Amino acid sequence: MRDGPPMNAIAELAQVVRNDAPGRTPLFTRTGWALLVAALVVNCVLVPIAALVVPEGSPFALSAYGLTLAGKIMCYALCAVALDLVWGYCGVLSLGHGLFFALGGYAMGMYLMRQIGREGVYQSDLPDFMVFLDWKAFPWFWHGSDSFLWAIAMIVLVPGVIAFVFGWFAFRSRVKGVYLSIITQALTYAAMLLFFRNDTGFGGNNGFTDFKRILGFPITAPGTRVVLFMITGLALIGFLCLGRAIVNSKLGRVLTAIRDAETRVMFSGYNPVYFKLFIWTLSAVICGIAGALYVPQVGIINPSEMSPANSIEIAIWTAVGGRGTLIGPVIGAAAVSLAKSFFTQALPEYWLYMLGLIFILVTLYLPRGIAGLWMGKRK
Amino acid sequence: MRTFFFVVALALSTLATAALPPDVVLKLGTGDGDERIEAVRALAGMQDAAARALIEAVLAGQAQASEAAKQVLVVVDGKATDAATGAAIATIPPDAEDLVVNNRLRRALETAIATFALATSDRSARETAVAALEKDPQSVDEGMLDAAIARESDPELRMRLGLVHAAATLAGDDRAKKLDAIGRLAESRSSSTRVLLLPFVEKNPDGSFKEADGELRAAAQAAIDAIDARGRTSALGGSVFYGISLGSILLLAALGLAITYGLMGVINMAHGELLMIGAYATWLVQGFFRTHLPGAVDWYLAAAIPVAFASAAIVGVIIERTVIRYLYGRPLETLLATFGISLLLIQLVRTFFGAQNVEVANPSWMSGGITIATNLTLPWNRISIIAFSALVVGLVWLILNKTRLGLFVRAVTQNRAMASCVGVPTRRIDMLAFGLGSGVAGLGGCALSQVGNVGPDLGQAFIIDSFMAVVLGGVGQLAGTVVGSLGLGVASKFLEPFSGAVLAKIIVLVMIVLFIQRRPQGLFALKGRAADA
Repeated sequence: MRDGPPMNAIAELAQVVRNDAPGRTPLFTRTGWALLVAALVVNCVLVPIAALVVPEGSPFALSAYGLTLAGKIMCYALCAVALDLVWGYCGVLSLGHGLFFALGGYAMGMYLMRQIGREGVYQSDLPDFMVFLDWKAFPWFWHGSDSFLWAIAMIVLVPGVIAFVFGWFAFRSRVKGVYLSIITQALTYAAMLLFFRNDTGFGGNNGFTDFKRILGFPITAPGTRVVLFMITGLALIGFLCLGRAIVNSKLGRVLTAIRDAETRVMFSGYNPVYFKLFIWTLSAVICGIAGALYVPQVGIINPSEMSPANSIEIAIWTAVGGRGTLIGPVIGAAAVSLAKSFFTQALPEYWLYMLGLIFILVTLYLPRGIAGLWMGKRK
Repeated sequence: MRTFFFVVALALSTLATAALPPDVVLKLGTGDGDERIEAVRALAGMQDAAARALIEAVLAGQAQASEAAKQVLVVVDGKATDAATGAAIATIPPDAEDLVVNNRLRRALETAIATFALATSDRSARETAVAALEKDPQSVDEGMLDAAIARESDPELRMRLGLVHAAATLAGDDRAKKLDAIGRLAESRSSSTRVLLLPFVEKNPDGSFKEADGELRAAAQAAIDAIDARGRTSALGGSVFYGISLGSILLLAALGLAITYGLMGVINMAHGELLMIGAYATWLVQGFFRTHLPGAVDWYLAAAIPVAFASAAIVGVIIERTVIRYLYGRPLETLLATFGISLLLIQLVRTFFGAQNVEVANPSWMSGGITIATNLTLPWNRISIIAFSALVVGLVWLILNKTRLGLFVRAVTQNRAMASCVGVPTRRIDMLAFGLGSGVAGLGGCALSQVGNVGPDLGQAFIIDSFMAVVLGGVGQLAGTVVGSLGLGVASKFLEPFSGAVLAKIIVLVMIVLFIQRRPQGLFALKGRAADA
């Protein structure tokens, strides 16, 4: 079965999504709904109160550090969920998701750089690094970056289009398994080298930093931070629900079938290319959004986010939490990141030992991750 | 032979006391700038020990001249001799002044000394002299050069002298000789002669040529083109050589991977760290030789090679026994677990040896290189690595194709169950094959330590490239890995002059990604009916 025109595929997808399979599982169980509501309440009510209303020093107050850390971890969790969709449900292990994360971050960073205005060190309309390179005008790809809507479009489109084009070539040539992992790793490595160059036009080594405001609001103000946190939380909850809806649908079943026996799926008359392409592109877009939410909270984006090690770390969050369980990667990202912030402060020399051991022990003894542990007990 | 030297020495000693023409000596002492240089050239043309002694004395600031007495003196430790006759002089004339050596005169004197050196029988002394003449060919006397060329027995030196001669002629006035000289300069391999020709084709600010003679100009232009073409050829040769050198380094890094990944299907992200272990083993052996066997330091590599192989192989076997054997058939999990191992190994090395790079020195026989052309020198360390990687590839090929172990490895690769049925101890073979692949990585690290930095991050730089080489060549094919690595190396060295090193790397990576999507099985596909599992 050679590929037909793409329209067929979309029609096919739509049909697959629309068709209600018999005996379909509900979107959430009763506990699931309760957890969802609880998460929403914590995110939209409790955290803002703890960060803004509760006086400092009270045991219930959330410090600026804690808020940023939590926001950062939620961005990581979003990445882990995105990777889980392709790896856990479709068997495609990407070691290049850091690239999409960074691209989203850079798209947001460009907008934030424009928001600095003339308050940079050189008091120029151009960002400091361009003045430093003696550039007289913005390069073409910076056009439109002063508009927030444009930035949002880029956050979605740049990772999406790159993932789509890459996936189109990769999945059509049936590149899969370890091959695909290595190629995605090479891709993010190449991109990292590219972004490290000063001439590429994205600030080289230092990347973007020293942001002042977002949409006119001062970026370090507590109010802005809380809003950013809430948006991140809502995005995480939203994409978890979307992911749940997808994996519960017939589309999700085809994806799982591709993971388990791609050849058989092909023989049953499905073209795996489009299914993979869909989930792959969606996953990249989610990662891009995570990156875009990460940058204003952390205040810096530089090419080291594209280093292959970062992408592998996303994979380990997913693996630790449990592949194919959506909520697992959230737990994994939180657990590993918290351990990292603890170790890098308390015992900096031992963090890499810890991380290395996590990689080894989880793959050897915990193939279904933390979530698998809990679910195994329940069964 | 001895008699000959004796005769020469005797002749030299009689020459030393022989008189020099007084008018020339006087011109050197009391003439103006041009006259002095003329005198120096005349002295140089004499090929006479006394003349040489005088020139050396002038250069050393020992000469004095008296206008009134019309005398040139050489004063050493307060004792004066007449420069022309060599006779001792009791009283130094009162108006005698030091002979001032300005830069122009100094150059002429040095050139003169070099022309004297050309007459010696020691080749290296003559070579030094030729090199000195090449720096300032226009101040050399042509007649003297003619004589030196006629006398010269070494073809290379004769050719270089010919070029110096041509350059000297260019400074003269004879048009026919100039044309002839330009023709000879076109044969030059040295880029410095290009500079001599440039004045012939340069323009004045008003647009007219500095050289009025059109024929000379055309000849000079043709000669410059010829030199440039040769320069391009040697740059091309350089690209090929450095490409092969980079490729052979990559090959050493990728060869172990071709066994563990290519044959066994184990994706070992800690492979780069096995390279690092090999490099650190080399460093430790070097340290041992320095403290305990300082006399044999130049041969530490001979001991380092087996040590590097063994240490990496042992680490590899430990990895296989403790982690990888539980993960056969689960490539993605293997990938993650071995990445964890690589983190552990990096941190271990940091803990024990520090995060800084350590210094591994080339043995003395590896420094220097062969000069192919003036702008192309092939360093010995790179040549040794190319030879070493060829040797290692040969050995690995022999092991895989001509030994029992190799037979077993190939059998297990092709059909594990069937191999097991006929009595091949598959688990044991896995372990040995993994150890072999790791050991080869250790050898790669040993070689890398000779051309690059040795630090905890050494392996990280190579892991992606070596995977690319294996995948590009075709998994499971030794020949594919060889072609893939060398191809990658040469391709990046060819791209570098146009795009810079970083962009070249990016272009190569993108090209591989595109290539693999066109041809996922790599350059050399495994023949057979292997369907994907």
